Amino acid sequence: MTDTAPALRPAGAAGPEGAGAGAEPAGGLWADGWDRLRRRPLFWAASALIGVLLVMAVAPSLFTSVDPQAADLALSGADSSPDAIFGRDLQGHDIYARAIHGAAPTLTVGLLASLGTVVLGSMAGLVAGYVGGWGDSLISRFAEVFAGLPFILGGIVILTTFNKPGQIVGEVRIVTQVVLTIVVLSWPLAMRIMRAAALEATQQDYVRAARALGAGPWRIVARHILPNTLAPVLVFATIQFGVFIGAEATLSFLGIGLRDPVVSWGVMISESQERVADIPQALFFPAAFLVVAVLAFVMLGDAVRDAFDPRGR
Amino acid sequence: MGRYTLRRLLQLVPVFLGTTFIVYYLVWGLSDDPFAGKCGQRECSASYVAQMTERYNLDDPVIVQYLKYLGALLTGDFGQTFSGTEVSTLIATAYPVTIKLALVAVAIEAVIGIAAGVLTGLRGRGFVDNLVLVSTLVLIALPVFVTGLVLRQVLGVELGWIRTSVPGDPTIGQLLVPGFVLGSLSMAYVARLTRTSLVENRRADFVRTAIAKGLPRRRVVGVHMLRNSLIPVVTFLGYDIGALMGGAIVTEGVFNIRGIGGLVYRGIEQQDIATVVGIVGLLVIVFLLANLLVDLLYAVLDPRIRYD
Repeated sequence: MTDTAPALRPAGAAGPEGAGAGAEPAGGLWADGWDRLRRRPLFWAASALIGVLLVMAVAPSLFTSVDPQAADLALSGADSSPDAIFGRDLQGHDIYARAIHGAAPTLTVGLLASLGTVVLGSMAGLVAGYVGGWGDSLISRFAEVFAGLPFILGGIVILTTFNKPGQIVGEVRIVTQVVLTIVVLSWPLAMRIMRAAALEATQQDYVRAARALGAGPWRIVARHILPNTLAPVLVFATIQFGVFIGAEATLSFLGIGLRDPVVSWGVMISESQERVADIPQALFFPAAFLVVAVLAFVMLGDAVRDAFDPRGR
Repeated sequence: MGRYTLRRLLQLVPVFLGTTFIVYYLVWGLSDDPFAGKCGQRECSASYVAQMTERYNLDDPVIVQYLKYLGALLTGDFGQTFSGTEVSTLIATAYPVTIKLALVAVAIEAVIGIAAGVLTGLRGRGFVDNLVLVSTLVLIALPVFVTGLVLRQVLGVELGWIRTSVPGDPTIGQLLVPGFVLGSLSMAYVARLTRTSLVENRRADFVRTAIAKGLPRRRVVGVHMLRNSLIPVVTFLGYDIGALMGGAIVTEGVFNIRGIGGLVYRGIEQQDIATVVGIVGLLVIVFLLANLLVDLLYAVLDPRIRYD
């Protein structure tokens, strides 16, 4: 993302949301990007998928009226039937109902984790890139400590420290822990991207001009640097949303992430693996939902990057 | 170059200390009773507690414990598990398997990824290009454990082509499918990176010069374009070897491979703290050194990069 700058205009006008919707006159970075984005079928396909997933998360009762926790052991492993179209798992849960209800926790973790990563990483990156020198070295070294910890390894160490294996914990607590674990291990990535962008923006003439005109550091960062460094971080956040959904599922699969009272796709896959030979549907359906969800966000991220990254043109 | 290497090595020191201290503090400092469940249903005998307290310096404050541990580690002593096995012995049996698996994975992703990337990068937009683009998207979206479980189920249980559980000392052939699973995500990145890099270089001046000189296409592509375009790919593969050595926990779990990932996982389940800290420390060193090595290699491969 090193040569974004030439394409940018020091418009410094509206914030990203307003401008993203085309509030700026033609020619601005955000309006340009939105224009290109609108013409990509990939973008609309991904948006439609994400829309459906969001509805599923907010109002699962639109899709199913079956209680995801209702289990009938007599029907354990039953094949698909009119009242449970995906069949039933080992405990006799309706797989379809569970897969629908699994959307909410999965997406919540993905959303909170990418928000947390971007906010924490961007603030650290902005400070490092803008202040430079000694503060930059300090923040960079600090980030490397966390980046040096391989993701799954770090996740296992952190999550098993706070919950002993097999311990029963509440829904809110475990979701918070999983989100924080992902954020703690991933913020260095966002920080590096933001730092590189901020370092470059700080050297630009319009920043020097603003400083010469007497703008304070807050104003320079908020009005001039931030709008011109947000694009790479937002692309990262979109792709990372998908990646974090996968990460949540991986941690749940290992038995250290979300667990029983919470229904997520990762939890369902984790529960299915012992008996996958007898009840393959308990693995394949949640896995399909998971893959489609991750795919939707990665596709969206791809489309957004193509639209906002001048190098790809 | 020499000064750059030295500076990078010095920068590794605080990172290594920070990472290992965090892990040490998490597993030793925050556990309220390290002996919980260690002696079955009974409480541990006083002599056992005394012996373990001495072995792991549990009477000292955490920071002193950590420094003592670090001192032993620097002399090559990884410590002992609660049952008295040397952690270094455990690592010595498990690590070769993980290294083999990581190398198989990187080889597979390099061959398939570069082939797909070259194919699409040279042809430009078209059916093959879209096909590869869509397959890389799907590979990126597939979490490793899903790929692993599905392949194990289909190839292992239903078709019977592979064993669902890899034996203790596996051959390369037995690691092919786990290696494919482990490398599948990076394979997609390698394909995309190769393609982007080729497309960027296709319009470079040196390629135009080569064509203008009348060189045969085979030589233009093979010598001028590929060698330049593969530099970022080679560095990516280098980082990946470092990452895969510590990231094989899931794959090793699915295929029951007795490597370093399984060792960490069992160590955490059994609360065998010394094993966990030892292996995590080792993996962090490997990861950091691999990254440094790749950065240095980058300058060797591409003389335009200067570090001093």
